[in-house]
Amino acid sequence: MSDIAAPARRESGLGALVRQARYVISENPVTGFAFALFVLIVLAAVLGPELVPYDPLASATSEALQPPNAHHWFGTDQLGRDVFSRVIVATRLDFFIAVASVALVFLMGGLAGVAAGFFGGWTDRIVGRIADTIMAFPLFVLAMGIVAALGNTVQNIVLATAIVNFPLYARIARAEANVRREAGFVEAARLSGNSDWRILTFQILPNVFPILVVQMSLTMGYAILNAAGLSFIGLGVRPPTPEWGIMVAEGSAFMVSGEWWNATFPGAALMVAVFCFNLLGDGLRDMVDPRRRT
Amino acid sequence: MTIAPTLSVEGLSVEFRTRGGTVRALESVSFSVEKGETIALVGESGSGKSVTAYAVMGILDPAGRVSAGRAMFGGLDLLAAKPSQLADVRGREIAMIFQNPRTALNPIRPVGRQIADVLIRHGNVPRREAPAQAIEMLRAVGITDPTRRAKAYPFEMSGGMCQRVMIAIALAAKPSLLIADEPTTGLDVTTQAVIMDLVNDLAKELGMATIFITHDLALAGQRSSRIVVMHAGHVVENAPTQELFEHPLHPYTAELIAATPDSAASLDELASIPGSLPDLRRADLPPCRYSERCPRRIDACAQPLPRPAPGASHIVACWNPLTAKPLAMRTPTESAA
Amino acid sequence: MTMLLDVADVSKVFPVGGGPGTWARLKRRFAKGVQELPKVHAVDDVSFVIAKGETVGLVGESGCGKSTLVRALTRLIDVSDGTIRLGERELSRKAARVFARDPDRRRIQMVFQDAGESVNPRFTAFDAIADPLRRLRNMSGRELTARVEAVAAQCGLPLQLLTRFPHQLSGGQRARVGIARAIAVEPDLLVLDEPTAALDVSVQVVILKLLQRLKREFGMSYLFVSHDLSVVRLLCDRVLVMYLGKIVESGPAASVFEHPLHPYTQALVAAVPRIGEKGAERLRLSGEPMSPIDPDPSVCRFYSRCSRAADACKITMPALRRFGERAVACHFAEEFLPKP
Repeated sequence: MSDIAAPARRESGLGALVRQARYVISENPVTGFAFALFVLIVLAAVLGPELVPYDPLASATSEALQPPNAHHWFGTDQLGRDVFSRVIVATRLDFFIAVASVALVFLMGGLAGVAAGFFGGWTDRIVGRIADTIMAFPLFVLAMGIVAALGNTVQNIVLATAIVNFPLYARIARAEANVRREAGFVEAARLSGNSDWRILTFQILPNVFPILVVQMSLTMGYAILNAAGLSFIGLGVRPPTPEWGIMVAEGSAFMVSGEWWNATFPGAALMVAVFCFNLLGDGLRDMVDPRRRT
Repeated sequence: MTIAPTLSVEGLSVEFRTRGGTVRALESVSFSVEKGETIALVGESGSGKSVTAYAVMGILDPAGRVSAGRAMFGGLDLLAAKPSQLADVRGREIAMIFQNPRTALNPIRPVGRQIADVLIRHGNVPRREAPAQAIEMLRAVGITDPTRRAKAYPFEMSGGMCQRVMIAIALAAKPSLLIADEPTTGLDVTTQAVIMDLVNDLAKELGMATIFITHDLALAGQRSSRIVVMHAGHVVENAPTQELFEHPLHPYTAELIAATPDSAASLDELASIPGSLPDLRRADLPPCRYSERCPRRIDACAQPLPRPAPGASHIVACWNPLTAKPLAMRTPTESAA
Repeated sequence: MTMLLDVADVSKVFPVGGGPGTWARLKRRFAKGVQELPKVHAVDDVSFVIAKGETVGLVGESGCGKSTLVRALTRLIDVSDGTIRLGERELSRKAARVFARDPDRRRIQMVFQDAGESVNPRFTAFDAIADPLRRLRNMSGRELTARVEAVAAQCGLPLQLLTRFPHQLSGGQRARVGIARAIAVEPDLLVLDEPTAALDVSVQVVILKLLQRLKREFGMSYLFVSHDLSVVRLLCDRVLVMYLGKIVESGPAASVFEHPLHPYTQALVAAVPRIGEKGAERLRLSGEPMSPIDPDPSVCRFYSRCSRAADACKITMPALRRFGERAVACHFAEEFLPKP
């Protein structure tokens, strides 16, 4: 082991994170691009509703089904609503669905998995059986079932997405906790007077979290697609709420008759968002790896 | 007429591109090993001993680059050879064994097959006869019940046994040069003794040259006839083993000997080496990389190091080497002076 | 000499066999009585004492049970049998699971082999050293900071390194963090599990001298576990040699290494490379080590590899017998005693 130490670095956690973020982005332009796109999406979600030219809910049947033009950049839908405004405003809802689903599944799956991996025994078996039961269903069918049974509100869509992703998070968290359970620093923590619960929360969880974060960015994309899928079969968000999925669903009926803009623009937005989240996941993985690579 | 050395490394310099700058990992490393000879490359971490071996074998990390030097092996410069030439030589003429046998062995292939693979590829053994010869190799490296063990997987074997398998794979094609990179670090000392005996015996039988890389000076002394001491990417001393221990000329060598627990009768006698390794990324590294921590530094040490006399048996890269006073007559404080 | 630690007849067995599946697990649980299960005897009937201020070395190769013994002593796992007495208190009675919150927890601490592994990669050096102080000494705020800095200084760790993470420290610096953490709560007994194994020789010297100095300053006792006999010889007053779960020899470190009595110790000492000794006669250990699973209680554990093995070794397990300050578990110990 060399006695050369790495060069000194100011160690505020946030400062270090930002610095590494900047390094990763500079090394990998694709991640930089994804990150910029992400910022754009967040801005659209936060500021969109204030800045759009038209009220997304205001219908004006006289202007229905206009192709994209100078007044309506994305055209209008069958009720005369401006598609562009609706797409931008929908960002907030879809983003919320993504973030809420991911937060929920992290709490449920992450904590259950970590407990299962760390304690083993019955905890492990119970969590394992729950995960197996969920995985026995085709995931989308399960989501459909949950939303159909509980009613199609945004909360239930979020819950369904979380439940459907539970096994994946539980499995990842469990594996990571299992590996670290016998780690030297866990034993050292016991010697230092930490009870099992403290070890789980303060020693294991902070090490498992970064690995889950990468998964979380991928799940965000999935959550939006899931909501879109549910909307397509009528189990999603209720009209007239603007949401990309339901816009695609309603607009698809008009594709055949040539009014392509109704479905295409929200579909493109969907695609861009999911693409961005996936790319971000790759970049996050580089960023979050505690071992610096040369 | 003298026979050319099996391997002759001349002026090898290696650099690594890293985020923090260019690391000049090796500079002008030269040494040679004769047929049938065992030499040891000794140094602490950061000395560049493993990098030297990896450069010669052509398996440097992609961030690394040979910036100068030759490695002459049977008329071929390994550092300039085409990948196809290297692939022929590696495994057949030059073999390497590593520190962690488990990572060097394929975990999903029975060990007998792994040896047979080498026999077929490099040993020109017909496919049908390879399994039987593989079993013989296992026997030769001291594995009991080789017929049964040939079907075993690496995870079913102990560390010592895996190390033997790795030796069998390395020696299957009867190479003329073996490079052993810390092959016994992490093994029990009794297992270490047996494994090193095995390597020495097989080397003698095959007339093989061996380069033994280790940080353990005592082990190097026991197993090799010549020791090359490295520090921060330089060769600082190169001498026959006995002479190195009795009359170390380079201050670093003397300090290294004085820091080995074995050499002291009590903890107080044990000396630590002053200073620390220089940062190899610096652009202003002095010609002698030990000079900044050397208690014997003189003005001349700012000059480029003296060229070794060709053909000299005891080479030292120092402007102010220790006088060749027998070790027994030196007091501990004098050794550090 | 006052006795600090008294280990008596400690054994640790692990049930084994069948594999990890549910069926095997059920078989293990419900097999006709737990007695029927095959067991690994990791530690078998081990007894020794450590006096106050003494440094005792524990040597043995992989599989000898020293890691298990150490974990039992430091109360990370429970013993299957035997007692561990620290001063007046019998520690083995309290389960390892709950020992973390025991007031005597701070009296035995451990320095781990690989300081990189034993410090949480998300903790700074400061956090690592502060953790036991927070949990065992209830310190906080300025008092805590002062104590952490004092301990770091004692261990030769520059203060500016306290804000660094383990991967930003060199091997020697990490070792110092591990030591600082262990001594911060002023333990009576410090167990060192190969603390210098991963370090360069030059760094090792510095750390060993540090350990020596700390011991004198704080009057701690050390249990120094190592496979490196040269280091044990320098640092330890007494040494215990373990093989396959049993102590086969013990005595003053210098005389055990100069004149080993047990055939295993002899092989061990002969295998250590010494500077300047080239053609040293080597006692090669041939044969396979015996299995630690359900070993025959009447056969000496070293029988399969012993150069001196005889029939007597198969019939009766040799007991640890005393010869002055030395103790050896071999029927033929008398043959190896130094001639008067």
